[in-house]
Amino acid sequence: MPGMAVQGYLVLSAVLFVIGLVGVLVRRSPLVTLMSIELMWGAAALLFLTFSRLWAAMDGHVFTFMIVAVGAAEAAVGLALIVLIFRSRDKADVDDVRALRG
Amino acid sequence: MSVVVLIAAAVALLAAVAVVRSPVPVRSVLALVLNLVALAVLFIALNAEFMGLVQIIVYAGAVMVMFLFVVSLLGARREAIERETSLLAGQEPLGVAAGGLLLIALVLGMLRQALPEPQAVYDGFGTVRAFGASLFYDHVFALQLAALLLLVAVVGVVVLIARRDPGR
Repeated sequence: MPGMAVQGYLVLSAVLFVIGLVGVLVRRSPLVTLMSIELMWGAAALLFLTFSRLWAAMDGHVFTFMIVAVGAAEAAVGLALIVLIFRSRDKADVDDVRALRG
Repeated sequence: MSVVVLIAAAVALLAAVAVVRSPVPVRSVLALVLNLVALAVLFIALNAEFMGLVQIIVYAGAVMVMFLFVVSLLGARREAIERETSLLAGQEPLGVAAGGLLLIALVLGMLRQALPEPQAVYDGFGTVRAFGASLFYDHVFALQLAALLLLVAVVGVVVLIARRDPGR
């Protein structure tokens, strides 16, 4: 793997992360917001594995494993919250979820 | 190998854009599955065979099926579930501008960093054996934290969903 390939992986990870961030900022469907967060998890995992390969160390793999576990837990809790929001109203827009406002 | 990596990177990028742009949630989920599979190809190209397989089985398999289940439970009407216009004026251009600024900062920071040549991988790098050794010898505490996290998440979901509403 030549040196430039590492930079390519880094730039790809940055672009994927920013696409996910723009999804969170622009879209107002809670489902798409959750999926954009998954995009950002994937970009972070790619970064960890790239540096793990760069240094030939397995620690990045363990951290990617943690990312998968945290992502699964986050998706479960987030989807449960979305189901709860949908139960009480027909449309779900993150702008409409203002129950916590004082 | 390099052609495969380039194709996987392009597929991952296009699928990520499709996730964000698609107005129908089902298409977003399917594009996200495509993105995760392309990422798994990249993981395997980075000598992370086990993590690539975990990515496909756990993420593209289990988690995405959970997403599809919720989408079909809620959004089977094949229509967008969000408002036509945002309550916050100028949300789209502001969000894109913020993302563009962050992208410029990230890419500049990454390209200015002088990275060493990649070290040669030892035999068995990235396999289940090496991963298990690292996980169970060096990072046992992280493993236990992951177990606790998943337990808390499952109990939390049950508490959230199975709450008895006295009003009904």
